[in-house]
Formats: sequence, C-alpha cells, structure tokens
Amino acid sequence: MNDIKEMRAVYCESLIELARDNKDIVVIEADLMNCIKTGDFKKNYPDRFFNVGIAEANMAGIAAGMSACGKIPFISSFGPFATRRCYDQLFISIAYSKLNVKVIGTDPGICAEVNGGTHMPFEDMGIMRCIPDIVCVEPTDAAQLKSLMPQIAAHKGLVYVRLYRKCSPKVYEEGDKFDLFKAKEISQGNDVTIIASGIMVDRALQAAKLLAEQGINAGVTNIHTWKPIDKDAVIAAIKRSGAIVVAENHNRYNGLTSAVSEVACEHCPAPVLSVSVNDKFGEVGKMPYLSDVYNLNVSDIVERAKQAIALKK
Amino acid sequence: MDSQKLSFLQDKAAQIRKITIEMIGRLGSGHVGGSLSIVDVLTDIYYNVGNMSAAHPDDPNRDRVVVSKGHAGPALYAVLADKGYFPIDNIKTLNQGGTSLPSHCDMNKTVGVDMTAGSLGQGLSCAVGMALAAKMDKKSYRTYCIIGDGESQEGQIWEALMYAGNMGLDNLTIFIDYNRMQIDGYTDEINSLEPLPDKYKAFNLNTLRVDGHDIAAIDDAIAKAKAATGKCTVIILDTIKGHGVPWAEDKGVGSHSFAISESQWREFCGKEKD
Ligand SMILES: Cc1ncc(C[n+]2csc(CCOP(=O)(O)OP(=O)(O)O)c2C)c(N)n1
Ligand SMILES: [Mg+2]
Repeated sequence: MNDIKEMRAVYCESLIELARDNKDIVVIEADLMNCIKTGDFKKNYPDRFFNVGIAEANMAGIAAGMSACGKIPFISSFGPFATRRCYDQLFISIAYSKLNVKVIGTDPGICAEVNGGTHMPFEDMGIMRCIPDIVCVEPTDAAQLKSLMPQIAAHKGLVYVRLYRKCSPKVYEEGDKFDLFKAKEISQGNDVTIIASGIMVDRALQAAKLLAEQGINAGVTNIHTWKPIDKDAVIAAIKRSGAIVVAENHNRYNGLTSAVSEVACEHCPAPVLSVSVNDKFGEVGKMPYLSDVYNLNVSDIVERAKQAIALKK
Repeated sequence: MDSQKLSFLQDKAAQIRKITIEMIGRLGSGHVGGSLSIVDVLTDIYYNVGNMSAAHPDDPNRDRVVVSKGHAGPALYAVLADKGYFPIDNIKTLNQGGTSLPSHCDMNKTVGVDMTAGSLGQGLSCAVGMALAAKMDKKSYRTYCIIGDGESQEGQIWEALMYAGNMGLDNLTIFIDYNRMQIDGYTDEINSLEPLPDKYKAFNLNTLRVDGHDIAAIDDAIAKAKAATGKCTVIILDTIKGHGVPWAEDKGVGSHSFAISESQWREFCGKEKD
C-alpha cells in the first residue's frame, strides 16, 4: 500500500514549518519548482525563495555563497542534475569549504520512470558518498521524511537527500520517530538480514514474509542514512543472522551494498549479496517494467536471501 | 521559396504536428509544447535544406542535427518516422518499456538521431564538436543545433557559443527556440536572456531573427547562414509553445508537459479509430 501523501508535500510542509522559527532557511530552485512543489514555500516566504532557472551549477554556487553568509539553503533538482550536473560546485564550493547546504535529488533510480536514462540516477548516492563529511540519506516514506526533516535542517554541513517525490510505499506510521544517524531495525531474523533503503524497504518486508512462509527467518533493517553508515546496526545484523542481502534502487557499485560490505569486511566478514542495479544505465519505462529489467523485485530478494544463507559457513 | 514548395512544407509541418500529437496522445502525456514549437524548423531542415536520408542514416557526410533540448524528441521522431528511418508504427511505443523512442533523444536507441540529449545545456557543445570535426576532415556537411531558451540559462551554452563564435564555425547553424517559456514560468520572469541579440552579437555570432513558424523566413535565414563565410550563425526563432494545436497553445506555460485524452488526439489527428 502506498502513502496517501506525496513525499514532496511532506518536504514542502516541513520546510515551511522549520522556516517559521529558523529565519536562515532559504529555498533555491532551478526550474523544477513545479515538480518538487515548493510553490507554497515561495508563497509563505517570498523573500527566502529563489528560482535561478535551468542552471544547477549556478544554484549550487549561489547556495554556497549564501551559506558563507549564514543562510541554510535547500536546493533541489532531479537526482542527476542535483548531483552530477554540479558535482564540483558541491564538492569545492560547499563541502571542501565546510559550508552548510542541503541538496535534494528527486526521482531516485527507477522512480524516474518515463524520463529515462538521462534522468535516472543509479549513481547519485555513490558519487555523493565520496565527498568527505557529507551526510547521504534516503527517506523511506512520508512518516520517516517528516521525522528526519528537522534533523536534516539542523545538521551543519552538506546533506544529500535522495527523495522520491510521489506517494511511496507506506512502511511507517505517522508520528514514528527516527534518528538521522541510526538505522531502523524493523524486524529481527536469525537466518538472514535484508538491509534496505527507499522503495526497496517495502519489497524487503514482502520478501521476508514470503521467506517466513518457507520457514526462513529473515530480518529487515532499514538503513536510510548511507553515510555515515550505522556500523553497529550492520554488525548486529551480521552477528544475529550471519548473512546479509542489501536491497537498493541504485547501482551496486558505491551504493548501499558497498557501504554495508565495507563495514562487514572490516568488522565481521560474512556473505553480503546484493539486489541492486548491476552496473547499468537507466532507460524509459514504468516501475514494474523497470523492476523486471534491473531485477529489483521481491522475488529477486527472496532468491538472493536463500543464496546468502547457503553461503554461510 | 516558390509557393509550391512552401505549401508542401507547410502541409508537412501540419502532418508532423499530427504525428507528434498522436505519439504523445497514445501514451497519454508528454512534452507537447516544446515539441510543437520546433516542428517548423525541423521541417525545413529535414524536407528542404538538409542533406541526409533514411536510406543511409550513418552516411559520414550527412548533415547532423542536434536537438539539444532533448525533451522535444517526439517532434524529431515524427519527422524521422515520416521520412522512413523506422516504421511509422513505432510511434505507438513512445516511452514504453523497451522502446526505441525514449522521451529524450538517444543516438543509440533511435535510427537517425545524431546526438543524445536530455540533460539540458550539453547538446550545443556536441554540435560544436561535430562542426570542428567536419573542418578537420575537410568535409562539407553542416551541423544544425536547436537549443531551448530555458536551456540557455545553463552556463555551458554560453561556453559553447563563445567558442563557436571565436572559431568562426560557418558550418554550424544554431537555432534558439525562443518560446519564452520553461517549466516554472516565463523565461523573462525567471532568468531573462535579454537583450538576447546583443548577447549573441557580443559573442561574435552572425545573429538573425525570424518568426519560427514562418517556414519561408526560416529557410531564408538558413540560406543567409550558409552564405556567411567565416561566421557561426545563430537564428533566433520567435515561437509559441504548443504552436499549431489550439488546446496546447492555450495552456501557455502548462503546455510543457500535460495529459492528452484519447478523444482529444483522435479529433486533432482526424483518426476516429485505428
Ligand atoms: C540539466 C537539466 N536540468 C533540468 C532539466 C528538467 N527540464 C526538462 S525540460 C525543462 C525546461 C526547458 O525549457 P526550455 O529549454 O525553454 O524548453 P522548451 O520551452 O522549448 O520546452 C527542464 C527544466 C533537464 N532536462 N536538464
Ligand atoms: Mg522555452
């Protein structure tokens, strides 16, 4: 079942609320205001809203300058344009300069649907994760986003938010509380743990249910913040179940699979298998089609879980 | 241009608009406005001045066309389908899984597409590269590039313009689809390009301006561009987003991307049923 409320509505409402007390919050758009729907923010705070036109690098630079003068800019575009298109500006003018900007990249992975390969980021978290000190977070659903927004605004530094704009599969209840830096252990399992993010959390839960029907006890942990990753959660999952499947709507290279593997290799080596995009470019299509193309279905998670268990010593 | 040729091209443009609308209509929604605003220039390039053919889509001597505002793919696909680069029935697959016609132009997916685009601001540099390659190889093919006005807010556009002007790329003709609209509103209100002709002139570009829906005027400007030895030409096309389809034009800024009902497209295309 999907949330009734779109993620972008939660994003904008939260920003409006946060900006009421925090006069430094500003929003900068690059001609996709109508897609992320920050028009209401503009209405509420016309003096704290800027639309620079189709110029993402300029947007990032302007945000850096505003931050150097004490503002807290929230800038957004489709994922590829919020990251790749202005990577050096994010890297040098913001991160290296130790400034304070929040970047929202929308339509993660297959959520870009019919916009196709040019608009379908499977690498955004990967490239952003390589920026020192950055926080990279993918809110799972409306309830989680709502809980995380004040923490994202309060965190000093560069934060990248990977955001599905529309109604995401509902995982949590309104009012649930989350810690930006702590993974959410949804269920515990002794046989295998599925570590998932974004739209894949709901699929992981469905897979766990199917596995349970087959007598396999699979836990599900939601790692929403890929960096800094909650090492303790990964270690705990490995200690309990001895095998991991990572489910991410992202290239397996440099994404959550990599982040989890890095922890596993260093602290408690165990099989880490991946349900993710196997080093492919995006293409046009609807989500069910794209899920088939990139093997991101519930059945893929089930299969991988069994393989991971078989690899246990 | 003689009147017979003009009326042929005008009829073609009308037909291309119908194919474009049918293509997007069958899908249900898409980039209508910015596709329709470039139909007339595409028609003159592909059915009159351009040297390219469906029989030899990979001919190294063919003229190149870069639709840098890659979201206008459907208009280009309509032309290519009509010219026989691929079966006309392919238009029914726009944006469907596995299609050869994705929403943004892709040189590896669609026969006849010379450059991939979709991330705005990149295509013009690619066109500059094609024009430079022609000079290196002493080839006479020409490169045509269509950019958007909103797209022109990207800095890379101006990097490319500066270089094209300084290199005197007389084998490159740049068209700006000056429909004055982008997604969030009017270009003049968001980040104006004005004074646009002065900017181009200051970049050492031969600067022309015509009604972007007057095919004879477009043709005339292209002839002038060809004649301007040693100068790269930019032609400002004053256009209307959604031109030629009243219910698209009426939407104004909202014509960028919207849903089309089956009865709407069928009526416009004069196709009661398949
Ligand atoms: C780098 C980049 N940023 C944002 C977008 C999203 N986008 C697609 S079309 C568009 C507006 C384009 O306006 P314009 O160039 O004027 O095109 P037209 O009016 O001819 O449709 C935007 C912002 C994109 N495709 N690429
Ligand atoms: Mg425009």
